[in-house]
Formats: sequence, structure tokens, C-alpha cells
Amino acid sequence: MSEYVKYLPLAKPKIGVAGKTGSWRTEKPIYDPSKCIKCDLCWLYCPEGTINVGVSKNEYVRIDYDYCKGCGICANVCPVKAINMVPER
Amino acid sequence: MVIKSLTGNYAVAWAVKLAKVKVIAAYPITPQTTIVERLSEFVERGLLDAKMIRVDSEFSALAATWGAAAGGVRAFTATSSHGLLYMHEVVWWVAGSRIPLVMAIVTRTIGPPWNIWTDHSDIMDQRDTGWIIMMAEHNQEVLDSVIQLYRITEDPRVYLPGMIGLDAFILSHTTEPVDIPSQELVDSYLPPRRQPYVMTIKEPLIMGNIPADLKWNMKMRWDMHVSLIRAKEVIEEADREWYKLTGRSYGGLIECYKCDDAKIYVIGMGAWVGDMRDAVDRLRDEGYDVGLIKVRFIRPFPDDKIASVVKNAKLCIVFDRSISAGSAGPLFLDVTSHIHRYGINVPVVNVLAGLTGLDVTSTEISYVVKKIYDSFEKGELRNNIVWYFGGDELWW
Amino acid sequence: MVVAIKTLPKERYFLPGSAACQGCPEAMGLRYVGMALGKKAIIVVPAGCTSVIQGLAPGCSVNLPVLNVPFASADAVASGLAAAKEIVGEDAVVIVWAGDGATADIGFGPLSGAAERNDNIIHICVDNEAYMNTGIQRSSLTPYGAWTTTTWTGKKEAKKELPLIMIAHKVPYVATASIGYPTDFTQKLRKAASIKGFKYIHLHAPCPTGWRFDPSKTVEIARLAVETGMWILFEAEKGKVRISPFSKPYADKSKRKPIEQYLRLQGRFRGITKEDIRILERMVDEAWETLLKLT
Repeated sequence: MSEYVKYLPLAKPKIGVAGKTGSWRTEKPIYDPSKCIKCDLCWLYCPEGTINVGVSKNEYVRIDYDYCKGCGICANVCPVKAINMVPER
Repeated sequence: MVIKSLTGNYAVAWAVKLAKVKVIAAYPITPQTTIVERLSEFVERGLLDAKMIRVDSEFSALAATWGAAAGGVRAFTATSSHGLLYMHEVVWWVAGSRIPLVMAIVTRTIGPPWNIWTDHSDIMDQRDTGWIIMMAEHNQEVLDSVIQLYRITEDPRVYLPGMIGLDAFILSHTTEPVDIPSQELVDSYLPPRRQPYVMTIKEPLIMGNIPADLKWNMKMRWDMHVSLIRAKEVIEEADREWYKLTGRSYGGLIECYKCDDAKIYVIGMGAWVGDMRDAVDRLRDEGYDVGLIKVRFIRPFPDDKIASVVKNAKLCIVFDRSISAGSAGPLFLDVTSHIHRYGINVPVVNVLAGLTGLDVTSTEISYVVKKIYDSFEKGELRNNIVWYFGGDELWW
Repeated sequence: MVVAIKTLPKERYFLPGSAACQGCPEAMGLRYVGMALGKKAIIVVPAGCTSVIQGLAPGCSVNLPVLNVPFASADAVASGLAAAKEIVGEDAVVIVWAGDGATADIGFGPLSGAAERNDNIIHICVDNEAYMNTGIQRSSLTPYGAWTTTTWTGKKEAKKELPLIMIAHKVPYVATASIGYPTDFTQKLRKAASIKGFKYIHLHAPCPTGWRFDPSKTVEIARLAVETGMWILFEAEKGKVRISPFSKPYADKSKRKPIEQYLRLQGRFRGITKEDIRILERMVDEAWETLLKLT
């Protein structure tokens, strides 16, 4: 940078640039670990990357509801319907 | 000290070579072509270690030059007229990105009709963009100024791109003796390249996405403006340091010729300033107290310098080689509005001459100055915007 | 070198909470670029959805170096940037991430220029089949019959065949991909990154907002495009085409699902007639015929 030039059109990576996008949801994905076959497809296809896999033995998938927009792709691609969409609140 | 007979275009090429530019991306347009041809030859003969990108258009030319500069290397391009207009979007983008680079503009008029001869329309059209904008009077100044521009633009007080105008054919294709400084001299003058940031895999930096805060965005524009104002000092410094190494000075932002006791000032930019010098000499011999202000840089505009010179003048005559149609010549507009800021109430007359490449001789310049001054003295000045078509054809 | 899902890195190069629509294929695509190339990538982004998806500065949803550039300029900027990276000895993969407009229309000249010069970049056309960022106007990549805000009674012209045009440029690598097949896409990205010269990947990106379908169906529709034969996954090196494994079955016309299965899920084809469907079927047949001739 420069001590003189103070205002540059630069940015750095940031989680939640559009805010807590979980507030966009009208439907919420609910995960049922008992059905999960740990295929990682939900992680693979989530457009936002809000799904973490390999979290723990009992909870393989964890969805970050702060940012999950409720698009429903995870439920759509899950081969065993371990994720299902329910109305938000 | 090596003196070669160089055209203005070859002088540009030599300066780019001496500045050790690493990437050149350009598209041919008359009369810029020989700059790029000579640079291609330098590169292919191993005299210049650079990559030439033979782009598909002028728009791509500035885009690629800027891409390289954003990637961290010294880059250069050149164009004229329609080519400059074609890359206009990128001209703005480069300045706003604050990535320094240098571009040569062989100033050529704009059509229709098709016309390859000189005027200053193309470069004047870039005034608002945030670039440093200057014009040269002769080929030695062309070579020296391209080198100086790398120093100026890459200075952390500036960090803005710069363009230098050289008149089509009058400078670009006319041979003059030019001293080519040694590589050692240029190396001692030009520090290694600096820029405010680099696009690199070493860090995830993002340039240019939508700003959350418009105040912040507006402050970027303020920063550009202020950096251009700060550049005035950098320009003067660059000229002084060049003088120490080469014995050549161009006065910095402006050069004054026979201004000490002048009452009438002739003001102009570009190659025809040389003819204005001859005209001033001729008029002095005839008893007119005329001085010449050669404006080298129109951006940043040397308001304080010009104001301090003309404050006690009787009359100023600004020659413009382009017109902001519907208003007046761009140099005239800048001169009058800025001296007004200093409370200076000197009458200024605008002469529009030499547009579309119509030739203007030094005899014609002295004729026009006399005509205007004589009318002014008699209180018979019909208009202070006058068009000159050569000979005795003055349209008020 | 088949890419297995479990081997794809979990590092996030696209961060949650972006400004993308629900179910956005570009967001998916950016995640796959990150998975394929990681920290080696520098992305040049011309005007398009991703300009906005990055969100508001001083933040950004992309965790990679990104240079935002004027609309038509991406390939030229990338060419210059790639030259600089080579000069400074940085092992970077310079990628252009461009939509319909920046690839096929306003950016077409510079694209062709960079391809002809064989500049060392990867051009990814993220094809959502319209000018989505400005509100769903038609592009030359909009398919025949599709509704957009500038083709209310359906587009009358056929989709411009960019991949074939790029093959005709004789560049080292041309491929098509789809966000419905991330392992195929990431494999192709890594392949492209290993080649010096100009590489082109045309990424099919079904857009819920512009194509008018439920955002949960982005992947389903992307897969249907391939299963109906309407989108063909292939690679071409030195002009020789190789149909990709996921598309291979559909070289056989009888294996293709009826295109209505693909069309009826999309509101943009609501006004389509039986005649239009026949025309589209013919286009699918012709596309396969042409491509198979090049294999």
C-alpha cells in the first residue's frame, strides 16, 4: 500500500458479505443422521458451502443455519432422503 | 552520450527500452504504428527483454497492458485517435484501479471524415479520467518524458497512470537529433517498480467489487484527485533530478519563455509550441512584450504556476488544437477558470487553430497574436473565442 | 485421472453468506474452481452475476485473488496478467470466469484474440443462457424457444455454438462441463491447468431465477440437460473430440430421455409449442451428429 494513497477499491474474503443469509429461508433443511450414508453429496452440491461433513461420529453432516439459504438442493440430491425441507418457523 | 536521428515514435520506443518495460500490448493505428514496430524489433532481436502481446484491438491493448501491470510488472502501450476512444472504458478503469502504467498517444484528429493528421482532440477527451496527461514539444522531450513518467506514475505519492501526447507526423514521423541516455543513467534515475498492490496467488486480494459504503467510493475519487495535485511536486522533482543527470530541464509543469517582462502571454501545448517560440521572438523584434507559457501537463493542471505568471498581464492568448464543441478550447477553459479562482481578472482570448491537421506556421501564429492584440488595444475585440483557418482567415 | 468426491479438498474458496440467489449455479461453480485448483487460481471476473455474488467491499465471498474488469476485457486482461505471472516466476493459474455476455457477445472479440494467440489462460464460460445479472435478457447463448425479458414469445434464433467455435480456433483444450457433474468439471479444470496455452471450458449453469424453476432443482435440471442429450459433456484436444463418460450413453439416441422432461420443469419454456419441441429435438440430433464426426 502507500502512506499517501488511502482509498483503494480493494476487498478481502469475508463470510457473510450479504449478511446472515439464513434469514432468506422460507424452508429449512433438517438432517436425519440415522439415514445418512456419508456420501458427501450434500456438501458437494450446496451452493453456499454451508454444509460441513465429517463433523463427528454421531453427526456426520452439520448445516450452518446462519447462512443456509434454504434452496433445498441438499434435500434434492440426497440419495436416501436423509435431508428433508420443512417450513421455516 | 549517444546522439541518434530519431523520429518521435522511435524516441518513444527507445525510452520504453531504457525503462526496461516488461510487457507491451498494442494494436496498430496510424500514426502510432512505428512505435510498436520498433519495439517488436527490439524484443525479437533480444535488445529488450519483454513480452509483446499482439492484441486484437486497442480495447484489448490497454486491458492486457493493465492486466500485466496489475500482475506486478512495468507495462506500456500506445495508440491514437479512434484507438484511444475505443479503449476509453479501460482508460477510466485503469486510473480508478490506481495501477501505474504509461501510454503514448500520437495525437491524431477524430473522424468522420477519416483523417490521420494531428490535433489534440483525442488526448483532451481523456481529461476527466484521472490520468496524468502531458504533451511534448520535440523528440528529445518525448524520450525524456516517457522515462520521467515511469518515475512519476510509480511514485507512492501518485500511483496513477500517465499518458504523453506527441503530435501526429509533426513529431511522430519527423526526425530530430536526440540524445539517448545510457542505461546506467536511466537505471540510477528510475527506482524499481512500485505499485499499491499486486494480483498474486500469495494473498486472496479482490479488486473492484461493489462497495458497501458510497462515501468510501466517493473518497476514492477524492483520493485520485488529491494524488494528482500531489503529483505536481513529484513532476517538478522528476524534472530537477533529470536535469542533474542529463543537464536537460523542461521546467516541470510549465516552461516560461521570455516571460520576465511580458505583458502578453501566448499559451499552448504540444509540438506547435516550438513555432510559438519563433513567433514570440519575431514579435519581440517588432516591439511586442510577448512571453510564452508552454503548458506541459494539463493534468494535473498547473493552476498556481500559470496564475503567478499571468497575474499582471495585459492579455493572454490561449491556442487550442481542439475544441470542446459548444463551449471553447479545453486549455482555454482550464486556464480561464483556474486563474479566476486566484482572483485574476486578465482578459483571455481563445484561438482555435490547426484542428483536423490544418497546418499552422510560426508566421501565422505571430500574425494572429498581432491581430488580436491590436484589436484588443483599440477596444475592438469582437469576441474572445476566435477560429483561425490560416492566411488572414480569422472567424470571430 | 478420475476425481473422487472424497478426495476433493474441504477448504473453502467460496464463503457462505454470499449475495448469490438460492440455488445459484455460479456459486456452485466457484466452489468447484476452488476445489480443483485451490490457491493457484487468480480469477478475472468481467461484469456478470459473479460481480454481484462477491458481495460488498471491503468484504468478498470469494476466498481467492479476484480482479474485477470491464465487461468485454476479461480475456485481454487475463492475457496480460498471465504474461506478468510468467515473468515474475509465479506458478499461477489465470482463469477468466465469464458469463454469456462476456464470452459470446460483448467479449467475443477479445476471447477470439486470446485464443488465437494461445495465451496461457483458462476461459470458463459460466453459461446460464441469458444476461442474468441485468435481469434475464437474451444472449446469443439463450436456447431456441426460451422466454427472456427481451424474447417474450421465445427466442427465434438458435444457441450460438461456442464450444465448436473454440475448437475451430485450434486451441490446446476445449471442454464442456456442468455444475451437475462436479467431479467431471474439477477433473477437466485440473487437466486444463496442466496444459500451457489457451483452454476453454463451457460450464452449463441452470439458473433458477432466470429459467423459472424451484431453486432446489438446479442439480436435477443440470443432470436432465445431459440425460436428454441437450447438453453434451466432451473434451477436445487438437480438434479431436472425446465424449465424456457421463454423456457417453446418450450418443445412442434411444437412451436419451425425452426433452420434454427437461423443458417442462422450466418456466422459461412454458410457451413452447409442439413444433418448437420438434425443432429442439432436431437441434439435439444435429449437435450429436456434428460432435461424433469429430471424435
